Amino acid sequence: MRKLMPWVAHLVLVLGIVVVVGPFVYMILTSLTSDNFSLPNPTKLLNSEKSLDNYFEAWNKNHFSQYFLNSLFIAVITMVLSLSLASMTAYAFARFPFPGKEFMFRMFLFSMFVPAILNIIPQFTIIKSLGLVDTYSGLILLYISTGVVGSTFFLRGFFERIPAELEESIVMDGGNRWTIFRSIYIPLSLPAIGTLGIFAFSGTWDEFIVALTLIKTESNRTLPIALQLFRGQYATYYGLFFAASTMALLPIIIIFIIFQKQFVNPNLSEGGVKG
Amino acid sequence: MNKAIKQYVQVAPYLALGFIMTCIFVLYPLIKGVYISFFEYKVINPSQSLFLGWANYIKVFHDPIIYIALRNTLLFALVTVPLQWAFGILVAMVINLQFIRFKVFFRLVYYLPVISSWIVVSYLFQFLFADGSSGVVNYLLVDFFHLRDEPIAWLQNTWSANIVIWLLSVWKGVGWVMIMYLAALQSVPRSLYEAAAIDGAKGARTFIHITLPLMRPMTVYVLINLIIGAFQAFIQVFLITKGGPLDSTHLLNTYMFKHAFQYFDFGYAAAISVMLGLLIFIFTYSQQRTFGKDRIEY
Repeated sequence: MRKLMPWVAHLVLVLGIVVVVGPFVYMILTSLTSDNFSLPNPTKLLNSEKSLDNYFEAWNKNHFSQYFLNSLFIAVITMVLSLSLASMTAYAFARFPFPGKEFMFRMFLFSMFVPAILNIIPQFTIIKSLGLVDTYSGLILLYISTGVVGSTFFLRGFFERIPAELEESIVMDGGNRWTIFRSIYIPLSLPAIGTLGIFAFSGTWDEFIVALTLIKTESNRTLPIALQLFRGQYATYYGLFFAASTMALLPIIIIFIIFQKQFVNPNLSEGGVKG
Repeated sequence: MNKAIKQYVQVAPYLALGFIMTCIFVLYPLIKGVYISFFEYKVINPSQSLFLGWANYIKVFHDPIIYIALRNTLLFALVTVPLQWAFGILVAMVINLQFIRFKVFFRLVYYLPVISSWIVVSYLFQFLFADGSSGVVNYLLVDFFHLRDEPIAWLQNTWSANIVIWLLSVWKGVGWVMIMYLAALQSVPRSLYEAAAIDGAKGARTFIHITLPLMRPMTVYVLINLIIGAFQAFIQVFLITKGGPLDSTHLLNTYMFKHAFQYFDFGYAAAISVMLGLLIFIFTYSQQRTFGKDRIEY
């Protein structure tokens, strides 16, 4: 019995992996076979010749590469700006006393419970009145603003765990709040900020509805829209669509593998965001 | 009073920007949404909107598809929340066992669906569950395992389409539950288990009497997030079935979206949205009050 347990446990995990990874394997195998005019069945997938043709074709088709780079640009900018903004806001809630703080925080939290999709109409009106429709500035502004609440929620708990005594050495050296923030809170929370970075990047990379509403010019579109177009226009070119999908997944997977050692869970007592 | 002003001046450089942006792009749209729900709202020319009073809300209660969407939303939560939670905690417990090797590898692989793009995996599942024998799932059921004689038209029927949507949502969500519990399990001191072992507690008893109670704050957090996520589910239905066949797989969220962006009936859509917000609030209210106060000391 004792010797059996490790075997059973490993078997459970491996069976689980088959379910988890199976769909991805199917996707990658299909993306490597060309001349698919009907959905290929597994026998055909395993026996047919493999090539990267679909990848080259998809990359050059339909401005896919352009949309890929657009999305990369938007996701990176959004990630950097929203991390900066969120850490400042979280610091304000974690280490400053001011009247109405908890009420304000509760109000922030409450907004997370309400379905966000309909907000898009008033948001669109505001972006329009700022003259930012069809611009990346408008899109990024909206991504950052709608992300502040969740990220602040996530980071505040981490900042509050850092002992306030650490600040004393900085104060003795004549440093102000900004120095404390920059040289204590940011470096000590890097794992949390890294985790948040992954969430921010993947959220933006995947975002669909806002981009569809805001961006009108064809060359400015983002990757999710490109994928949807592929699905529509090349409905039966399965290999092509799956090659495009695989390329769309790569950046996130690479980022996650790089940062996964730093990956942390949100502070329970203060909550966090779902990735 | 002076002190308050001084405090605001001090905190302003850090707080102001985030606060203003949240007010403009999150809180204002929220309030505006409630406002719109009382009108027949004209997007192009808002000043010509017609005040309707409670008419949109009365319409909600007389719309037969609302009840179908409500049923689907509740079922979606009822099916996906427990399944994600059970599988997630199971995988976390197994990976956390002392003798398991390649922990980092398992953790990474089980987390893959979570970080994958919703668009990619939604279309992927649409292909996997394609009609006829060309879909892989049908191929496995009919030609490989011989469990059925006929391929299933997965996306053409209400219930089989719902099953596809549930499967996708559970498949994508398990890894998130797992990673939350793995982190929580690592913070449980080993000495507690050793003490239990000395007292003669075995596997299942240790799990029920030590692990689960210690995980309580995490469980509350995970369940709240899963419930909110379930009620706000949107993109998988939007991409896979578009609410069809015959509006029978709509969730409240997708049905609301349809009214807003297909029929441009924003007032009615806003009313549905407010009702959905209330529903989420009711379902998470009992947890919300303890949320944030639960701390555990070992």
